[in-house]
Amino acid sequence: MQHFWDQPLSWGTAGIFAAAAIGVLAFVIFFVTYAIYFERKFIGWMQYRQGPNRTGPLGLLQSVADVAKLLFKEDTIPKKADRGLFILAPVLAFVPSFAVLAFIPYSLNLQFADLNVGFLYYIALSGITTIAIVVAGWASNNKYSLLGGMRSAAQMISYEVPLVMSVVGVVMMSGSLNLRDIVIAQEGYFWHWNFLPQILGFGIFLIAAVSELNRTPFDLPEAESELVAGYHVEYSGFRFAFFMLTEYIYVYAIASLTTILFLGGWNPPIPQLDFIPGVLWFFLKFAVIVFCLFWIRATFPRLRVDQLMGLAWKVLLPLAILNIFLTALGIELIG
Amino acid sequence: MEKYINSYVIVTVFLILGIAFPIFVLWLGSLLRPNKPTLQKETTYESGNEPVGDSQIRFNVRYYLYALMFVVFDVETVFLYPWAVAYKQLGLFALVEMVIFAGLLLIGLVYAWKKKVLRWNSI
Repeated sequence: MQHFWDQPLSWGTAGIFAAAAIGVLAFVIFFVTYAIYFERKFIGWMQYRQGPNRTGPLGLLQSVADVAKLLFKEDTIPKKADRGLFILAPVLAFVPSFAVLAFIPYSLNLQFADLNVGFLYYIALSGITTIAIVVAGWASNNKYSLLGGMRSAAQMISYEVPLVMSVVGVVMMSGSLNLRDIVIAQEGYFWHWNFLPQILGFGIFLIAAVSELNRTPFDLPEAESELVAGYHVEYSGFRFAFFMLTEYIYVYAIASLTTILFLGGWNPPIPQLDFIPGVLWFFLKFAVIVFCLFWIRATFPRLRVDQLMGLAWKVLLPLAILNIFLTALGIELIG
Repeated sequence: MEKYINSYVIVTVFLILGIAFPIFVLWLGSLLRPNKPTLQKETTYESGNEPVGDSQIRFNVRYYLYALMFVVFDVETVFLYPWAVAYKQLGLFALVEMVIFAGLLLIGLVYAWKKKVLRWNSI
């Protein structure tokens, strides 16, 4: 993509950008399909079960069958629901989740948009999904979904603050918000990656990210045993699918961001290994993080709602601010 | 300059595709799926009971308090990021200034903590 950046804009380059975006969309849908398959499979193995194994060889077509089922399923909208907002909400949730994928650098030569605002672009867009969830909860006119939507919004805004603040340390060390520059600043051996000097920020980022994704142990908004399904209880068919799709695209985005911000992006752990292409290193680290998310889901029980909010405001936020000043002192003393 | 414009063109392309994809898929779905609405299907789900009352009601004020705190600290991050990007050029004076700024906001957090805003007691 690099040499197209410096060319003046024409219909030709715009067409190439559009083709690239469609490529990303196809790749992400492929990722989501098999992320769901492997999530079910891994959790099955961890719980001494088989996981999906009937549809296609080894159950590989299970997610494809699920998508087809959702596409052919009747779409009911409750009479009491606010029809316009009810239809708008899944689209409003999906659009920002896809738009955040525009700026992720996969390797030195594979990146779509190169934005100087970098990480702020992600924060700004991912916030819109919170609004979509409140809209979905409200428009359904259902008590479960109202509670689920409100809880979800409260949780997402509470954890967004430590999430954003834990990255400030990384930005201070690399002196840029541009993700490309952040990765380039981490070149060298693996102890030059940000996760060691920023170990506190890394921990806060991971916890807050799992919570932002509404995944176990922080999946209160859709706590099956209490709220049925939370904000999307009234949704069926493909509208429901868009909420699931959004959730898994954010898994993709967060795993990519963790790789870029803390694990050195496309850099190999030792520079002698740089004959292996950067994209492979990127996706190797990415896969490890996605696996850890599944592992966390299989391992931890769900938190109580008061513990959840207490953790964000009483523990993570003060720690994140402490991390900023520790980083500042470290730069001041070591240089 | 070209690079700058092109980057935002790519963002726009992603945005347009992000809007077009759900519209296309939902339209495709409307051709494929059955549509036989009945009165029972269109009732609000309440675990099999007849739904009681409305759900678009005035809701617990607690969520509003969290939203207020979120605004305060999110605006703080807006000030933190430019400072963080330029920190290496700014030096010790900027650090002291930021300690004072964050300190003032932390006093607010401690106040909310003491006023039991952070304690969750219902719903």
